Amino acid sequence: MSNDIRYLTPINIDIKKEKYCRFKKSGIKFVDYKDPNFLLKLLNEQGKLLPRRITGTSAKYQSRVNKAVKRARHLAILPYVGDMLK
Amino acid sequence: MKSYETVFILTPVLSEDQAKEAVKKFESEIKSFGAKLQHSESWGLKKLAYPIQKKSTGFYFLFEFEAENNVVADMELLMKRDERVLRFLTVKMDADHLTYAESRRQKSKKAQKTEA
Repeated sequence: MSNDIRYLTPINIDIKKEKYCRFKKSGIKFVDYKDPNFLLKLLNEQGKLLPRRITGTSAKYQSRVNKAVKRARHLAILPYVGDMLK
Repeated sequence: MKSYETVFILTPVLSEDQAKEAVKKFESEIKSFGAKLQHSESWGLKKLAYPIQKKSTGFYFLFEFEAENNVVADMELLMKRDERVLRFLTVKMDADHLTYAESRRQKSKKAQKTEA
């Protein structure tokens, strides 16, 4: 009996969404540490920095974002830890 | 003559004009050190993301100036001594930062014009 496994639903290998670096695409050269709502997009709920594999940013801009977030935290513009989005 | 950008927070205990007077003092001190103050901005009373010295709000101010490198150290020493300043951060502005600050000023000017 040929063991042809019949799946109930067709297995859809998830189409790999092309990840792009938002800074290269939109041409942002400088990550401003003073405006929080742009930086909030790159933080998770606890205020931690999202990894590159999720946001897809390139290494150069990830380090700039990292520096900007740390400066914003020093100036109490962003919390070190906190549930901001909930 | 490099350009620097300083953001500092004053304690909310001060009244509005006391805060302004403190900022004037810093501005005159910097000028006496020989710096060229290009732009100064006040963001007013803002809520801090976490309490500093048991205070949860503070007056935010921004200075943009061009100066020699020893001026920054003197200014920061001054700010450290002054107990009205909760926190300060000085950043050297590179080319991208300068163009960004320029466009940010245009935007705020335009915003004021549309408001007026």
